[in-house]
Amino acid sequence: MKQLIRMFSVVTLAVVVLLIGVNYLNSSQSTSGNDTLTVFNWGDYIDEDLLTEFEEETGIRVIYETFDSNEAMLTKIEQGGTTYDIAVPSEYTIDKMIEQELLLELDHAQLPNMEHLNPDFMDLSFDPGNAYSIPYFWGTVGIVYNPTVTGDVDFSSWDDLWNEEFENEILLVDGAREIMGMSLNSLGYSLNTKDQIELAAAQERLLTLSPNIKAIVGDEMKMLIGNNEAPIGVVWSGEAADMMFENEDLDYAIPEEGSNLWFDNMVVPKTADNIDGAHQFINFMLEPEHAAQNAEYVGYSTPNQSGFELLPAEIAEDERFYPDEEITDRLEVYDNLGQEMLSYYNELFLEFKIELR
Amino acid sequence: METKSRNLFLIPYAFWILLFVIAPVMLVVFFSFRGLDGGFTLENWTHFFTSTYFQLTLSSFWYAFLITFFALIISYPTALILTKTKHKQLWLLLIIVPSWINILLKVYAFLGIFGTYGPVNALLNTMGISSQQILFTDFSFVFVSVYIFIPFMILPIFNALDKLNPTLVDASRDLGASSWETFRQVIFPLTARGVKAGCQLVFIPALSLFMITRLIAGNQVITLGTAIEQHFLVTQDWGMGSTIAVFLIAVMAVIMFLTGDRKRGLANEKNV
Repeated sequence: MKQLIRMFSVVTLAVVVLLIGVNYLNSSQSTSGNDTLTVFNWGDYIDEDLLTEFEEETGIRVIYETFDSNEAMLTKIEQGGTTYDIAVPSEYTIDKMIEQELLLELDHAQLPNMEHLNPDFMDLSFDPGNAYSIPYFWGTVGIVYNPTVTGDVDFSSWDDLWNEEFENEILLVDGAREIMGMSLNSLGYSLNTKDQIELAAAQERLLTLSPNIKAIVGDEMKMLIGNNEAPIGVVWSGEAADMMFENEDLDYAIPEEGSNLWFDNMVVPKTADNIDGAHQFINFMLEPEHAAQNAEYVGYSTPNQSGFELLPAEIAEDERFYPDEEITDRLEVYDNLGQEMLSYYNELFLEFKIELR
Repeated sequence: METKSRNLFLIPYAFWILLFVIAPVMLVVFFSFRGLDGGFTLENWTHFFTSTYFQLTLSSFWYAFLITFFALIISYPTALILTKTKHKQLWLLLIIVPSWINILLKVYAFLGIFGTYGPVNALLNTMGISSQQILFTDFSFVFVSVYIFIPFMILPIFNALDKLNPTLVDASRDLGASSWETFRQVIFPLTARGVKAGCQLVFIPALSLFMITRLIAGNQVITLGTAIEQHFLVTQDWGMGSTIAVFLIAVMAVIMFLTGDRKRGLANEKNV
């Protein structure tokens, strides 16, 4: 008993000391008031130096939290109890959030830097007039591969994945829409199809890919392909850019049959606390120098035209990450399919994963 | 008077149980009867028993069984040796220390260890064996899971062995039993309760593992835990997710009932 009490007091003491320490650190950090801004973003999706710069410039302290899927983010915001001032969902989720009235309308007068944005990425169908959202990054889904292992195959077609040579060499990203979409595209169907026959055919075709699939993974793919654990991966463009930065042998291709084109936009959720701060933050990120710095760091494509012009030529002229219109015309943006259809996509994907072995 | 104050002390605990155990379980049961449109439906349940989920259930049980089995055959001898060592508390501590480290960190470490260019394959190469595919196999999945669960198996077994009266073993030997017979007739039956507790502590969480299935097995192994995670976070079909969760809870309750020591209350009274 004595021992128990002693242990308990030690733990209590440690907690108190830590709390005081945290408090002290916090107060010494935010010298100019206790104004805070909570940003909810994808993991590894911002140059953290920019956050420091923003704090210095505005005196607002940034609390930065991350999520790893649109759905996880949406669930957290839907449930309430959170005060995220900024979130960065993808287009089909923005559509859903507007529908569910989870977003605040933006005050464009407070966002003068909007003029730097490329009009191609503005006023899109999921948010007409950008009433609720401001473009942050955009990108594609494609194939990252290691030519020293894969040889002459250039992955200009999804069919190249089905090549018998690549037995047990492909990593897929663990996303139902990405992988079902890839299979639908390889059959020449739309990746937004609601046709059961087309979907069944896509699932069938995925199953024939099984022998080539090494694993279906999440963010770890960066590490696995960077370490030459597998030579081929189906992944988002920015992830590929990161891998190529780490491992110079790698290359990236957007197959000709078409693929997914996506946008991640900044939004202000209804539950936001610091709405002015949120606008300041969006405006700060739209500053061309900041957009360029962020794009260079993160590796995804910036929708900021003036920022794009500031990028080093080797990035700006890279067709793999800034494809021209001929390619983007073949790409499709995800529609908000509705709950039932999304469940169906996931069900098919889950069945495929069960049958994998 | 005494019982009254004792009941007072029970209030915080009762509240805890009500708020954080009973209420959430009721909610999950409630959700399992809700369709996507929010109305009452039995569809989730019919779907569960007629589709691939059944296959998923079988494979979850198979892997949970494998994990428990290997954890047991490693842990029992280890615990037996531990009780015979000089500084047993120190050795026990060394076995438990890894469980203080976050499970994800340990899993990530294995990604490196088992990789094509990791230390295990390097060792194989120096022995003249070519590199093997270790990650994303059943082997690596079971291995890592067993590694993670071993402390939970060793602790109860160790406690049971430690409490075992050594004179019983001596008596058995004096009366002419071989060491195998002593183990089979005396030591094992007397520590069976520890083994049961250990198996419960391992089998039940092993049924619903999910992060390891993706990180170590690359989704080549899918368990019910994976399906629940997907339904809650990706499809947002909470009804289906809850249905699977309720099924798991029910199965766990059955397992507890079957393996639990129903005569314990009586036996204790007798001893007193």
